[in-house]
Amino acid sequence: MTTREALAHVRRRDGVAVIELVGDLNAAAESALDEAWTAATSVRPDAVVLSFENSGYINSTGIALVVGLLASARLHRIPIRAYGLTDHYREIFEITRLADFMAIDTDEDSAVQGAGGDRDG
Amino acid sequence: MVALSSTFRRLRRRTAAGAGNPMPEHRAQPAQGDEASPVDIAPNDPLLAYLQSASGAVDVEALELDSPALAELKAAGVKLAVPLVSQGELIGVLNLGPRRSEQEYSSDDRKLLDNLAAQAAPALRVGQLVRQQQAEARTRQRFEQELEVARLIQQNFLPKQLPELSGWQVAACYQPAREVGGDFYDVIALAGGQVGFVIGDVTDKGVPAALVMAATRSVLRASAQRLVDPGEVLERVNEHLCPDMPAKMFVTCLYGVLDPATGHFRFANAGHDLPYVKTALGSVELRARGMPLGLMTGMKYEERETMLAPGDSLLLHSDGIVEAHDPQGQMFGFPRLKEAVARYPGGGELIDLVLADLHVHTGPDAEQEDDITMVVLQREPAHGDSPNGKVIGKLLAEFEVPSVQGNERMALERVAATVAPLGLAPARLRRLETAVAEATMNAMEHGNSYRADRPVTVRVYAEPGRIRVEVADLGGARSAPDQVEVPDLEAKLAGLQRPRGWGLFLIKNMVDEARESGDGERHTVELVMHLEPKLKEGDDDDDT
Repeated sequence: MTTREALAHVRRRDGVAVIELVGDLNAAAESALDEAWTAATSVRPDAVVLSFENSGYINSTGIALVVGLLASARLHRIPIRAYGLTDHYREIFEITRLADFMAIDTDEDSAVQGAGGDRDG
Repeated sequence: MVALSSTFRRLRRRTAAGAGNPMPEHRAQPAQGDEASPVDIAPNDPLLAYLQSASGAVDVEALELDSPALAELKAAGVKLAVPLVSQGELIGVLNLGPRRSEQEYSSDDRKLLDNLAAQAAPALRVGQLVRQQQAEARTRQRFEQELEVARLIQQNFLPKQLPELSGWQVAACYQPAREVGGDFYDVIALAGGQVGFVIGDVTDKGVPAALVMAATRSVLRASAQRLVDPGEVLERVNEHLCPDMPAKMFVTCLYGVLDPATGHFRFANAGHDLPYVKTALGSVELRARGMPLGLMTGMKYEERETMLAPGDSLLLHSDGIVEAHDPQGQMFGFPRLKEAVARYPGGGELIDLVLADLHVHTGPDAEQEDDITMVVLQREPAHGDSPNGKVIGKLLAEFEVPSVQGNERMALERVAATVAPLGLAPARLRRLETAVAEATMNAMEHGNSYRADRPVTVRVYAEPGRIRVEVADLGGARSAPDQVEVPDLEAKLAGLQRPRGWGLFLIKNMVDEARESGDGERHTVELVMHLEPKLKEGDDDDDT
């Protein structure tokens, strides 16, 4: 067992800020996530996409961090989407109702294109 | 004073080429040769103390001191010495020869020079500090480069992967200290399916240790292929190393040969820390005598053997563990490591748990003092009482997890490994893992207040058609999982509820049954997962 340190990289694509989460999403990930969110929204993006493609274990504290991001996104009226969740974590996003407030896509192209729809709509 | 003295060595006297001779009017710049050689003022020269306490420019000719530096200044024709003092520290002296007009320095001249010195001293100090910092930065850079070379050498000579042995779990960990000690380990495939295991430690650090480590590893690999007995192997390695071993360096090393088919382990020890074996009766040391490698030729190495039974676990380790200090200076120590081997499960989990204990011992901000290396060989338990791979109605595993943030993953992975043979569908296994992790987090946080000395106890039972996991802490009664309210996400998003509070909700939703019980001292959460999904009324399980 080796805990993977959390990293969050931000890149922009077609006006959308993609936050790529790498490693475990737990209490130790809070500062990385906060910094990534600040970087992603320093220049207002059309939408924010959370990539879970390279994330690992997510615990309830990690879920709470995502709730915090979602709250911030809603406050600033920034659409937010996610992709790359495993079936298990997708189920958790559904039972926690996170999926009701955050579109879950299968891949980055779909998420970015979907964000275009959010923007145009 | 050494620094001050070296500063003065760099001072140059501004004196006329010939003391007492008027300088030609056209020489606006000092000609080559007008710059005299540096004045060296010894740290104990009384002139230093005099200049330090002088209130302004000092008349050199009138000064009477038993000072070699003063005599040198006089001989060079210096008339005035103006101390340069910054923040109470003498950092230089402005030496002046006779005035070009051949007149004495006036009181106005002296005031002007004192003012000049007062302004020049801080600037000079800044310059000195910049040069000092640049020199230190260059030294640091060289040091870091050397460390990087040492790291590269070490890493290149460590095994790229560990062998997969049927019936065995092999795990290893190597954590170099910042200054890179001389730890190493190796795994060598031998004839007849036997496997050689090596752990060693070179005295010293950095590049020298890394080079000796590389040489030792190479010689040992070659010798292990030619010789059978571990004692003979170490003897041969010692003979090879001795002639070229740098002064004050040596290598401690344990070399053992495992027969995976029988569990027979033969070993010899060249002064290395004794390995521990976890058996059904507790943990025992494996003793064998022998001098470290590279000290003197003609050494013999005692050879011993043991039998690793199913369920036994062998830990090879380096002194970076037992010699790690806590903030009060207490070492982690052999007894604690031996006790950890007895208490914890084997394999990679033993490594994780020992590292967690070590982390608690040294404190979160401590810099690792020495390399830390561990190699664990665990012989898997026999499963003779497991018809069709399913163990029915029995305790499969019981273990403790120190209450340290992040340790819930240990519980998760240990439970997952324990129930793996029972055939739980992958999606349901993921759910059980999440429930176990969340229950362990709650137990560590709310029950044990994240105190590492209050571990969480986890028990895994196989019962007819189901798996039951108990997660127990030392806390009082708390709300039961089946009484948990559904967190209100909209309220959380509106800031009316805190973002956290998902743990019990997840536990309830991940497993088929969740219950709690308490005896006043211990609080236990029971998690039940059926091997086959039980459809609730109106429910649709996605495992089907």
